[in-house]
Amino acid sequence: MYVIIAGGGKVGYYLGRELLGGDHEMLVIERSASRAAEINDLLEGTVQQGDACEASVLDGAGIARADLVAAVTGDDEDNLVVCEIARYRGVPRVLARVNNPTNALLFQKRGIETTVSATEAILSQIEQELPVTSMVPVMQLHQGLELVEVRLSETSPVVGRTPREVLLPPESLIALIVDSGGVPRVPGADTTLTAGDALVVVTRAESKGMLQEALIGGAHGFDT
Amino acid sequence: MGCGRTGAAIAASLDRDGHSVTVLDLNSGQFRRLPDGFGGRMAVGNGMDADVLERAGAREADAFVAVTQGDNRNYFASQLAREIFGVQHVVCRTKDPERGEIFGHLGLQTYSPTSAGAEAIIAMLPNPGPA
Repeated sequence: MYVIIAGGGKVGYYLGRELLGGDHEMLVIERSASRAAEINDLLEGTVQQGDACEASVLDGAGIARADLVAAVTGDDEDNLVVCEIARYRGVPRVLARVNNPTNALLFQKRGIETTVSATEAILSQIEQELPVTSMVPVMQLHQGLELVEVRLSETSPVVGRTPREVLLPPESLIALIVDSGGVPRVPGADTTLTAGDALVVVTRAESKGMLQEALIGGAHGFDT
Repeated sequence: MGCGRTGAAIAASLDRDGHSVTVLDLNSGQFRRLPDGFGGRMAVGNGMDADVLERAGAREADAFVAVTQGDNRNYFASQLAREIFGVQHVVCRTKDPERGEIFGHLGLQTYSPTSAGAEAIIAMLPNPGPA
């Protein structure tokens, strides 16, 4: 398989290095002459200096016989253009790195099937590492009591209720409500819980799971 | 999108003709190129950002013109206007004639000042045509 990588930044370089050891023929196209020279030695002479957004550069790189073009520069507009030209030249598979996740929609609309967003990949990693994202421990109190902060999302089962109507675990207490405007209130009989409120809650370490279920709902973590 | 010399001239002309015009540029200083009494809207922002385009009124626009210095930026924003906001008339300036030709096959009206300029200059020379 002949793979052309557009962009010799960190992503392009590491991708090239991975491919170098395999059975594929590979070429990295990098616009900056100094960067191209720098990684050309490390990638055993498989780097060509040039602007992969220029059709003539891609033609010179043998795009007509390429099986895959991966556009992995740091600029989404450049990646889109490389993929469009490559596809126009008949490359069977084109792949773009999408730096700004909101741009993924346009790539989709253009029929560029595989978009790999480093930002999104990292985000999803972070999200996996944080199973309970909306409950943050604030401090340890005496005798096994803890102070936690819970931010209410729109899907929280307690939104629209008063603090008294909320069934909390034993020895748990909503101590303070900070609304989305940053105004703190002591919960009262006529207080309505609203999405965006941050509740400062006293609870027991062993009750945190129940507390989460009561305030956040059954779902854990982010929707992916 | 892009309030350079070309963008400002297009905006001024369309405004004079009574069209509703919004000029978008990353740098508000570029709006100085617009004539006194320009009646259109000036919006600061990156036209490659769908939210910025939407706020600038892309959803209601009949036409979108991308004339920044970057061919790829122009292409990206033009496709956003076409594919996401359904703008009917999209013109993408492309300085690289090769690229412009391909963009033309991908659903955009493109204009290459490079090719057009070269042709115009050749036409001004005596005895144009094959020697």
